[in-house]
Amino acid sequence: MNTTQQLLADDPIWIILIKVVGLFALGVVLTLFMINWERKVVGRMQQRPGPNRVGPGGWLQSLADGLKLAFKEDIMPTLADKRVYFIAPVISTIPAFVAFSVIPFGGEVSMFGERTVLQLVDLPVGVLVVLACSSIGVYGIVLGGWASGSPYSLLGALRSAAQVISYEIALGLSIVAVILYTGSMSTSDIVAAQGTGWYVWLLIPSFVVFVISMVGETNRAPFDLPEAESELVGGFHTEYTSLKFALFFLAEYVNMVTVSAMATTLFLGGGQIPWLGHLWSGFDNGWFQFLAFIVKTLLFLFVFIWLRGTLPRFRYDQFMRLGWKCLVPISLLWILLIFAVRAWRNSQSGDITTLLVAGGIVLAVVLVVAFLVPDRRRTEPLPIELGSDYPVPPLDLTVPTPPRARTRRVAGSSGKEPAAVGSGDSGKESE
Amino acid sequence: MITTLAQAAADTGGPMTLGESIAFWILGPVALGGALGMVLARNAVHSALFLVMTMLSLGILYMVQQAPFLGFVQIIVYTGAVMMLFLFVLMLVGRDSSDSVVEVLRGQRLAGLVLGLGLAVLLVAAIARSLVDVTPAGLGAGGAGSSQNLHGIGRLIFTDYLLAFELTSALLITAALGAMVLAHAQSKSHDKPGQRRTVLDRLNGRHARISPLPGPGVFATANSVAVPALLPDGSIAPESLSDIIESTPVTETEQPPADPRSLTGGSSQDGDR
Repeated sequence: MNTTQQLLADDPIWIILIKVVGLFALGVVLTLFMINWERKVVGRMQQRPGPNRVGPGGWLQSLADGLKLAFKEDIMPTLADKRVYFIAPVISTIPAFVAFSVIPFGGEVSMFGERTVLQLVDLPVGVLVVLACSSIGVYGIVLGGWASGSPYSLLGALRSAAQVISYEIALGLSIVAVILYTGSMSTSDIVAAQGTGWYVWLLIPSFVVFVISMVGETNRAPFDLPEAESELVGGFHTEYTSLKFALFFLAEYVNMVTVSAMATTLFLGGGQIPWLGHLWSGFDNGWFQFLAFIVKTLLFLFVFIWLRGTLPRFRYDQFMRLGWKCLVPISLLWILLIFAVRAWRNSQSGDITTLLVAGGIVLAVVLVVAFLVPDRRRTEPLPIELGSDYPVPPLDLTVPTPPRARTRRVAGSSGKEPAAVGSGDSGKESE
Repeated sequence: MITTLAQAAADTGGPMTLGESIAFWILGPVALGGALGMVLARNAVHSALFLVMTMLSLGILYMVQQAPFLGFVQIIVYTGAVMMLFLFVLMLVGRDSSDSVVEVLRGQRLAGLVLGLGLAVLLVAAIARSLVDVTPAGLGAGGAGSSQNLHGIGRLIFTDYLLAFELTSALLITAALGAMVLAHAQSKSHDKPGQRRTVLDRLNGRHARISPLPGPGVFATANSVAVPALLPDGSIAPESLSDIIESTPVTETEQPPADPRSLTGGSSQDGDR
């Protein structure tokens, strides 16, 4: 039992209640904040102001939307499977909040004179709790899509099922490296083990795989295939209205916060603040760690928004190829490498210098071989003979430069910056 | 209540603590109800959901019994992955399809009955024996107590039970590969021409026409799929007729009135004045 677990075991019941309510409030407030932030950032990326009417700076827009949503008519489709349709949003929301409970938000603090830790529970298998919750949460999406009795919803549900199973494998494999280095699955142990250095530097491939698959796992753009607006209307939540829809929405954003917090825990050292701790010992305070944790989590949440504002949606086969043929093999190879390195380090003659020299020699040999292999000769393209008299453009057609690009080049060469042309695009309406 | 539930942590093989028995008497009926519901439910998806409920209760029971790793792996693997695949297939089957009452395999029910009874006898015998003969040793005895649960499992799997573990994984991988080979043997997807190949084939005249078929209704007065496309001279493009949908007859487009302003109630004389 580590100190965190001892402190948590001593918590009186009222502190546990405070923490539970606090976690719930944090989830909801971060959701309200995220919706607004997302719309504002995406708006800025598309050169429009975003919501700016309700409240100071438009920051109360999502609160107003949420209130309105609650008072909307609750429609039950005729073809719906009543009970499953009703329970699906609940199934997707509850695990999202449960996963919150193992996140180590901060270190030891004094709460009303009681020493405790800013974490609800610290199980010896804490990391698995998050995985388990995400695999239960997807039931909500799948069942909701199936129970709606609409083809769009069903297609969304099917996509979601395949997507989450595929990406959970990559997600789990990327966590393995962290667990190997920590020697524990408890989240507080993982944070404590990163006191000397964050795993993001040590385990970069794992970090990259984790970040990619966490976007896939939360059904966010560019992997938002289960609710692809341009293909499936709304995907699994097409038929949902009012509070039930709000629950799905809440679950999606809480899941985003959870995986971002998980990434912070696993790779960014949780609430630890490097360098600043040497300046003033007060930065070791648990509340400062909480602040640092939230800032790091917001960093990941910003990446979610950034991705949505930047990347087009993947096609389904591309998405699956990325998961199965790219992320999973890379993770497996990386884990194999880590196993080898650690087995070597733990053996009798385990010597880091020998290992590095051997690695360098192997790398050099690979590089030399790569240079020696001649470039593949480009094969001439097949001569094309037209088989019909259908009018086609000449095959050696050179496309003339469009006049706008020409003027821009002239303006650029004369050193004058052309005014940014607002593409005033029809960016997709924020959901 | 919470403290009572929390005291389930007992590494020794003693009798059940109060917390353990509370958890058992809540989860046991839920698991049993799920199992019964799975057998009795009419709808296949409801059946699968009841099974999920049983699996979840079992997972929580494992956690109460100081086996958190087993409990969460049960939830992740069985509930999260295996049952999700089941649901995936069931949803593809369609929601209104119910069980067929025709016996496809001959003697299937009789064999099922006999085998089921045999399994029940085996289970009852094993459980009865474990209740009478076996004295519980507790998790602490094997050096794999609650906090060291994970390490204990890891050590056992990779030392004492290495061969069994590796054999099981080899079997599972073989099964997965076999499934893929069988599934792909029937599909010709691997020699499907790519985009570039198709374009070249079109240009080389290996397709009936170089362009896609004309969309229905593109040049007509309507854009319904049931309305055939019209060629520039007003005749029907035969390739735009669908084999599946019965086309509606194309009405002759009206000649535009000689005086367009008569449509809005005026006349050309009004404008001249």
